[in-house]
Amino acid sequence: MSRSAQPVFIALQANNDTLAIIDAIHEDNPNAQVNEYPAMVKIDCPGRLVIRRESIEERMGRSFDLREMQINLISLAGEVDESEDEFILEWKTA
Amino acid sequence: MAADGDRKPAKKLNLKENYALLTRGLGWEPSYQKKEDIFRTVDFEGVKIHDWDKWEDPFRLTMDAYWKYQGEKERKLYAIIDAFQQNNGQFNVTDVRYVQALKVFLNGIVGLEYASHRGFNILGRELPGVGPRIAAQMQAIDELRHATTQIHAISHYNRYFEGMAEFPHQFDRVWYLSIPKSFFEDAVASGPFEFIVAISFAFEYVLTNLAFMPWMSGAAFNGDMSTVSFGFSAQSDEARHMTLGIEVIKFLLEQDPANVPLVQKWIDKWFWRGYRLLALLATMMDYMLPKRVMSWSEAWTIYYEENGGALFSDLARYGIKPPKYADVTVKEKHRVSHEMWSVFYTVRDALGFPIWLPSKEEMDWFSEKYPETFDRYYRPRFEYWRELEDKGTPFRSSTLPKLCQVCQWPCLYTEPDDASEFVHRQGEYQGEIFHFCSDGCSDIFHDEPEKYVHAWMPVHQIYQGNCFKEGVDPSAADFNPMAAALDYMGIKPGVDGGSMRDHVDAQRWESWTARPANMHEGAITDAVRKTT
Ligand SMILES: [Fe+2]
Ligand SMILES: [Fe+2]
Ligand SMILES: [Zn+2]
Repeated sequence: MSRSAQPVFIALQANNDTLAIIDAIHEDNPNAQVNEYPAMVKIDCPGRLVIRRESIEERMGRSFDLREMQINLISLAGEVDESEDEFILEWKTA
Repeated sequence: MAADGDRKPAKKLNLKENYALLTRGLGWEPSYQKKEDIFRTVDFEGVKIHDWDKWEDPFRLTMDAYWKYQGEKERKLYAIIDAFQQNNGQFNVTDVRYVQALKVFLNGIVGLEYASHRGFNILGRELPGVGPRIAAQMQAIDELRHATTQIHAISHYNRYFEGMAEFPHQFDRVWYLSIPKSFFEDAVASGPFEFIVAISFAFEYVLTNLAFMPWMSGAAFNGDMSTVSFGFSAQSDEARHMTLGIEVIKFLLEQDPANVPLVQKWIDKWFWRGYRLLALLATMMDYMLPKRVMSWSEAWTIYYEENGGALFSDLARYGIKPPKYADVTVKEKHRVSHEMWSVFYTVRDALGFPIWLPSKEEMDWFSEKYPETFDRYYRPRFEYWRELEDKGTPFRSSTLPKLCQVCQWPCLYTEPDDASEFVHRQGEYQGEIFHFCSDGCSDIFHDEPEKYVHAWMPVHQIYQGNCFKEGVDPSAADFNPMAAALDYMGIKPGVDGGSMRDHVDAQRWESWTARPANMHEGAITDAVRKTT
């Protein structure tokens, strides 16, 4: 299946807990664009966005269960595929 | 333990295995009841499902994790609500006009959360697949949580401001609240698959981001940490619900090609219904946030045209097309909030919240955000109404508006290609004439006339005399039908609706905060004049 360039996004509450998550997403997805709004950070990315547990753990300095993101998640767009190690948002076809 | 001394501990299950055991593993095949007797509504819409095991949940959220993370969300949310209340946060919002938006939210939207809770309980019982059934059960609990947290958070405002105390009563009776109410009731009165396409897909995935992202971010910008917190907390559940919606659509489309035209019809229909419902939100964004983050037109571009565009280009591989009349929504984005506020202004005496004319600052902002339409169509209207107010002869409409038989909005919208001409569509069914606000609503009616001829149309009911309290005597000499109908709805003239300048909320706001009720127009009472 070819990769789409249509945007996916994830939006998180702007707070202390999400600093490390946003930083990790930014680093792991060079095409991601971080948009700041009052109380909210929305990260847009063409086609596919990967959130990696290890990258978050490195920045947080503790172990992190990706399901913890639920607590600070606001919304998302794209099809979700979640495992222990990665939370992927993507559109599969162009 | 000695006997077991060298037994290896069981391998820790990975997320997918754990999920499979705690969902599929909980299902069973019935032995003494027939499947069709247990799942009675799953066939009548004509949807064909061959293999429920092909269902895959995208979030691997099991009940144990669900309780754990939902519990944490609640603690976090209530910590913020407590802090807000202890700090008298209700007086720190921009101005009292902002509070009016909360009345719309409480009276018009909280009831939808509860209706959704009921709808997903039904699905949690009626869907034969274990995966979607558990997802529906979690969603039913989420929706109840949304209703309760919203009521708790806004109840604090209810101590200080009018128009909030009777919200369940108003939801059932107020004429314009039949718009949200009928939306959900029409969805739940369809079949299980239509309901889930309507709510999880068309409403939650395609549309609710608009309410819970830019509007809630706007609430934060106006100083309301309590509302933004319940909004974001709810929307984090919505992220799961939306994903369920996409999963349902893909599952139906993959199971049988015969499902494609059904799904397309439901997408077309519920996108249009949901879009009409959101006109309320367009107005809240453009007119009821004293400080604004983005315009409705900008929000529609980002959240529907860009994100919705991405979704529908993804679904194209199944033969699904973008919703019918999506092009009309793009034309209307330059107009809808202004047309709506104009109607609210003219019928302000029959509303549950007071209305105001946009300030000079706000009109300049509109001119900038709506360059094609605002100065041409709406500025002259508002300036004229302002003139009439200054002369002491404010414009008001003394009759109730004509309603659309499908979405129940007043027929206040203009032609897609001519903003100076009202849309008027009508159709006949069994010798009776019905009116519609748009081609979208007209199509929906003609596809299912038997359903929509039964619609409980508030304005018709008022004029037929069905909206008076028990014991009211319409033949009495001093009988005032409009006052009696408002009394039935729970709207107190002079307390709930009317003009913001004269409203009790505005007066109290100034005496409690020593700040103007309208941050752009200066104080209306001496309470502020003395201190500024
Ligand atoms: Fe909800
Ligand atoms: Fe929901
Ligand atoms: Zn309509």
